[in-house]
Amino acid sequence: MQPHSPEAIVGSRITNQSLKRWLHSLPGVDKVGLEARAASLGTRSIKTSSKAWALDSAIKMMDLTTLEGMDTPERVKSLCLKALTPDPTDLDCPRPAAICVYGDMVKHAKKALGNSGIYVAAVATAFPSGRASVAVKLLDTKDAVKAGADEIDMVIDRGAFLSGNYLEVYKQIQAVKEACKRSDGSYAHLKVILETGELQTYDNIRRASYLAMLAGGDFIKTSTGKVTVNATIPITMLMLQAVRDWYDEHGVLIGVKPAGGIRTAKDAIKYLVVVKETAGEQWLNPDLFRFGASSLLNDVLMQRQKLKTGNYSGPDYVSVD
Amino acid sequence: MRLDVRKTYKLFIGGKFPRSESGRVYPVADSKGEFLANVAMASRKDARDAVVAARAAQSGWAGATAYNRGQVLYRIAEMLEGRREQFVAEIRALTGKSDRQANQEFDAAIDSWVWHAGWTDKIDAVAGNMNPVAGPFFNISTLQATGVVAAFAPQDSALLGLVNTIAPAIVSGNAIVVVSSESLPLPAITLTEVLATSDLPGGVVNVLTGKEAEIAPWLASHQDVNAIDLVGTSNFVELEIQAAQNLKRVIRKGDFARLGSKGSLNHITNLMEVKTVWHPKGH
Repeated sequence: MQPHSPEAIVGSRITNQSLKRWLHSLPGVDKVGLEARAASLGTRSIKTSSKAWALDSAIKMMDLTTLEGMDTPERVKSLCLKALTPDPTDLDCPRPAAICVYGDMVKHAKKALGNSGIYVAAVATAFPSGRASVAVKLLDTKDAVKAGADEIDMVIDRGAFLSGNYLEVYKQIQAVKEACKRSDGSYAHLKVILETGELQTYDNIRRASYLAMLAGGDFIKTSTGKVTVNATIPITMLMLQAVRDWYDEHGVLIGVKPAGGIRTAKDAIKYLVVVKETAGEQWLNPDLFRFGASSLLNDVLMQRQKLKTGNYSGPDYVSVD
Repeated sequence: MRLDVRKTYKLFIGGKFPRSESGRVYPVADSKGEFLANVAMASRKDARDAVVAARAAQSGWAGATAYNRGQVLYRIAEMLEGRREQFVAEIRALTGKSDRQANQEFDAAIDSWVWHAGWTDKIDAVAGNMNPVAGPFFNISTLQATGVVAAFAPQDSALLGLVNTIAPAIVSGNAIVVVSSESLPLPAITLTEVLATSDLPGGVVNVLTGKEAEIAPWLASHQDVNAIDLVGTSNFVELEIQAAQNLKRVIRKGDFARLGSKGSLNHITNLMEVKTVWHPKGH
């Protein structure tokens, strides 16, 4: 199936009016139904070999993240070393998909990871607020791509979105997508952070998801991890429904990345259940689903050790981050 | 005529009163074999959660000044005194003791609690040491809490054995996960209601009710438990072998008396680590 052009999808020339008409024609979200479904999927019991598979998959789908003002090259390096050897007591342990850092740390991460196959993702566009001029946002992106970032995590302009200026949001995502172009003509993977905790309603989250997919995002990501409400299961489920329907209608596969607040292996497994039951098994793969997390890895490693040895493990047996 | 308001006896984990994760309960009978109450039957996952809660609480409790820990513990004794009637009634119902005997057990439990509370700021003065060394150093040994203690209270004592298991662990700054006597669990839960309203930080004491044999292997092999008290266990040889995996401190059955109105300093120091500091001094 040939991917449809944005104009074909919206049904007319892209203007703020046409975007508004298109986004507001999306069906409203059944809040109660969504939350009830999310809660019921969270009660599934995943044991033994399924659990082992889920734990390993959670690691493979992880963007191991450090996004602190106090990040140093050494801190990024130690995180990269952790990604290369997550569990020194078990060298069969899989590696995370990517390391997620600020743009100026990309070169340090690239150097530490070498050709290990672990991607480097950089947050860009005045992360986490997104409050900067478009020129600054694009320069921020180009800078990270030039430093070797494989993936760019951009934030949308929530102010523009909430004031109904969908065209501005759309144009910015498109411009950032262009800024992801490398000198050899290939593109860095673009993840669009909706910052769902600031979008107020489920309807808005659905609209923002569609807008990001229309503008050419490769992934839609829930949150920056820097606001009070981060990834939740209902929100992730809603976004998974959006990418599933997008694929059915337009034949384009878009990924989903919940980020922020996912700290336990138990939570991660709940997310995987929701992925399978909402979008389907095709999405249970690091190219289409990622966790943005930092402390999650240690909890998953402790659970892996418990499965392997039969004894409960403790924080003494994983690294201090 | 009014309907009885029967009490639900729950677990005590991290300062909260959850039901067992497994949803199970078991009936507890009085000394004549009549049904008395349903009590939560803890699973290995409750034990795991309790260890996490204990680990989270331990450093804060150990970091409190010894004087402060002593005050907190002494206040618990004051509050226990106010619940005398309830404890005595539960001891009598479970064991069939006379009013006088039950009161005696309760008195001994409070006396022992106070005895332990007094030790918080005296342990180092008595058990620590300034060591003579052949060199220009001050050499000082002090004792520090070992961390998270898992304990199995004596099976044959409703309250006193439990108090003499908990108190020696927490005076020095340890956090404890204690499994109460399986057939005499009610005073253990009433004790937690006192602890929950005291100044003791949530998670320092966690109480599980249920089958010792079911929970014990998981705590004995748990890599994040630093010491284990096996007094209330049946399969203690096997458990000690499991505990050796991460070099847990082990208190064996019969190591310390549990039914007196005083404890033993050795019991307290058995759940502590010695730290020796060398400090250079001028000539």
